[in-house]
Amino acid sequence: MYEEPILRVRNLEKQFGDGCKHCMQGAIRNLEKNYCPACGTVYACQDISFDLFPGEILGIVGESGSGKSTMMQCLYFDADVTSGEVYINGEPDLKDQNIFELSRQQKRYIRNHQYGMVYQNPVHGLKMNFSSVGNIAEKLIEAGNRNVSEMEATSKVLLESVHIPLFRMKEEPRNFSGGMQQRVQIAKALSNNPPILFLDEVTTGLDLSVQASVLDLIKRLQRELGISMIVVSHDLAVIRMLADRTIVMLNGSIIEEGLTDQILEDPQHAYTQQLVYSLL
Amino acid sequence: MPMLEVVDFGKRFTIHHLNKTMHAVEHIDFSLGRGKFIGIVGKSGSGKSTILKSIYRTYLPDTGQIFFNSERFGSIDLCNASEREILYLRKYEIGYVSQFLNVMPRTTSRQLVEKALLEMGTTEKVARMEAEQALNHFEIDQKLWDTYPNTFSGGEKLRLNIAMATVKKPRLLLLDEPTASLDQQSKIKVREIIEKLKADGTTLVGIFHDIEFMEGLCDKVFDMKTRQLIWEAGISNES
Repeated sequence: MYEEPILRVRNLEKQFGDGCKHCMQGAIRNLEKNYCPACGTVYACQDISFDLFPGEILGIVGESGSGKSTMMQCLYFDADVTSGEVYINGEPDLKDQNIFELSRQQKRYIRNHQYGMVYQNPVHGLKMNFSSVGNIAEKLIEAGNRNVSEMEATSKVLLESVHIPLFRMKEEPRNFSGGMQQRVQIAKALSNNPPILFLDEVTTGLDLSVQASVLDLIKRLQRELGISMIVVSHDLAVIRMLADRTIVMLNGSIIEEGLTDQILEDPQHAYTQQLVYSLL
Repeated sequence: MPMLEVVDFGKRFTIHHLNKTMHAVEHIDFSLGRGKFIGIVGKSGSGKSTILKSIYRTYLPDTGQIFFNSERFGSIDLCNASEREILYLRKYEIGYVSQFLNVMPRTTSRQLVEKALLEMGTTEKVARMEAEQALNHFEIDQKLWDTYPNTFSGGEKLRLNIAMATVKKPRLLLLDEPTASLDQQSKIKVREIIEKLKADGTTLVGIFHDIEFMEGLCDKVFDMKTRQLIWEAGISNES
């Protein structure tokens, strides 16, 4: 390996339910898809391990229920993991420290300084009854900013960079179209200059031209700011356009990973082949 | 040390859906020195593109080795290199050109060529200058520079492809039937381009349909049917 990953995920597990004799004996869980037919415990993420490298966009594809979003929620501390390790490279204090074992404050610190998150539904990432500027300021305050005029200036720059007209920046996002809300959400996620950005189905549900502008924006951010991103999508076209490397998930497990063009042109796993051949 | 050495390379495709495995190519061996050009000939379906795409790792190789003499990594087996290493090599050392233009949508020709330079860390000013030079060099009409290439002709797309690949000055350039859809005049232009690249010291692997086109251009010719070199510069085969 000629370079250090910025994020290392090892053996991440997330289950809903306590498990039973049927699914906890030995290494093989005897699951039906991702749940135990005996006790109904859902194994949403099973033994997920991967690296994220500086400045790259890592794509994660899989059908609904494959565990992609649960994995993102675990990484962003929105959900607790059952077990597993994540290491961040960059902050000397965090070196070789499994960040799942940190205190609540330390996790908050990571969220505020290392991570940005853009959710599929802007409702989760934005306060709809705050102004757009207020939304960004909220994140800046969390990251330790206190200077109001400075924060307003930063917000303006950010909103401008995602093409929100400045005369609307005092407006509440609930008045905005879906695409605009998504762009405000991206601006908010970027406001603390995070080295790592999570994007969860951010273009799903947007119409094509709006989707294009959001994708262009993401690509530009990668190029200009060198942010490392994990992009979750069920849409192979989105992954093809954005990601250098791609991970394919099925029933909570990683079944294949490779260069994006290789995944699309020479898929190895039966499920990936089915997925790729379904592409219109 | 050769720039590229393919050792007992083979590639199968398994289609799980149909329960079928196909042997695309088997037992391929050849090697190529720096600044040399090897042409691969054979009828369609013989696996020429499979070899090229495996070198570029668009296909995942399954048997044998492909050693590449990298500036950054030294001798590296492309069959076993990590994905990040391959991405690095694609960015800096190995280019791939086909007749198809597979690029980011909503990007103009100029931006595409500039992007190829910018991702290598070139400054914007230099990228702008070199991109214009390349577009000029490969005779892409100035009025096309700031338009999207979707509507370009086959020849224009190809030249843009070559421009994008060669501004990076790759150590190894893979040419996947670049002349397939071109008329005679455009082919001659491609030929000139290849001569220029060779003169600059680029090592090339190329697939072409017509053997005529390759005459006097290749240092070696590999035949897919016999899996052997059928011609090598300086070595006479007439006996």
